[in-house]
Amino acid sequence: MNISVFLPLLLVMAFTTYLVRALPFTLFRRRITNARVKAFFDLIPYTVLSAMTFPAILYATDSLPAACAGLVVALVLSFFEKSLLTVALGACMSTLAATVVMMLIQKG
Amino acid sequence: MGDLAEKNQKASVPAADNGGTFHEGLKDGLAIGLGYLSVSFSFGILAVASGLSWWQAVLVSLTNITSAGQVAGVGIMSASGGLIEMMISQIVINMRYSLMAISLTQKTDGSMTAVKRALLAYGLTDEIFGVAVSKDHKVGAKYFFGLTILPVTGWVSGTLLGAVLGGIFPDFLTNALAVGIYGMFISIVIPKAKHSRMILICAVIACAISCLFFYVPWLKAHVSSGFAIIIAAVVAALAGVFFFPHYDETGKEAA
Repeated sequence: MNISVFLPLLLVMAFTTYLVRALPFTLFRRRITNARVKAFFDLIPYTVLSAMTFPAILYATDSLPAACAGLVVALVLSFFEKSLLTVALGACMSTLAATVVMMLIQKG
Repeated sequence: MGDLAEKNQKASVPAADNGGTFHEGLKDGLAIGLGYLSVSFSFGILAVASGLSWWQAVLVSLTNITSAGQVAGVGIMSASGGLIEMMISQIVINMRYSLMAISLTQKTDGSMTAVKRALLAYGLTDEIFGVAVSKDHKVGAKYFFGLTILPVTGWVSGTLLGAVLGGIFPDFLTNALAVGIYGMFISIVIPKAKHSRMILICAVIACAISCLFFYVPWLKAHVSSGFAIIIAAVVAALAGVFFFPHYDETGKEAA
């Protein structure tokens, strides 16, 4: 890509993304004391991650059954409070295994 | 003298304990780094397919450290879009980081000075935030710095690998790796949801709203995925605050 097109867009993109993170992180110094407001900000991480995961995980691969396998394994492993890495690898491996099985079924 | 040393000891040890150590952060970042390696691999492939050279793809990852925003940004670049369009799209898609940043300020300890906050904000991503807030101790500057190193390394090197080697790997392999990032999200939410009915209900509501934006054709066509996430997350969290007014800061419902 031509640098004269790329560079201005990159700078605007990077600067905007940085400010969206840095301004509130640097300037917001108060302790939130209002119980409801505090509860809201305590909940945000979990609602953000939930919204990002579902239903997007179902379409992360070309095969819905394979993605479901990954989802179920991740749910079970995390229910038993396994480590982040274990859950992530378990989800990858089961998706991969299910994908291979699906490919074999389609071939045969 | 001995008195003073003892005082220092007392003052410094709990502070370090409270905020977590650099090493602990590094360790917690490993899983995120591995997950990012696979996701950014896909991004590297996409960026090159959109007309960027390998070093341009790497530069985008190095300066942004965000998945959805970069995918949208590369789309705008390949269409030679406007600077205002780029700015607005990044604000909308990445606005969730502002919410997370405010949420995280409630958990940071005294080691987070204004300058350190300004520097460390660079590495604030969904997963890093998710891990940092799930700790049972405060978040110190050293811990947070350690936490960001491997994910940033994984994100940038994965982009490089994808941009250079993308065509060589079969699709089913890279696709399976992409599921890992969602596995990571799940491993952050489920253990908390198990112990708090409020978090469980809010997570389910967030998923339901997210499905609406995904499956209702009009919504899917008119609302970007970044904005859909913000709406789903904010509405679900507000619903939680509304339904559980007696929620207290220990994370358990008082009434």
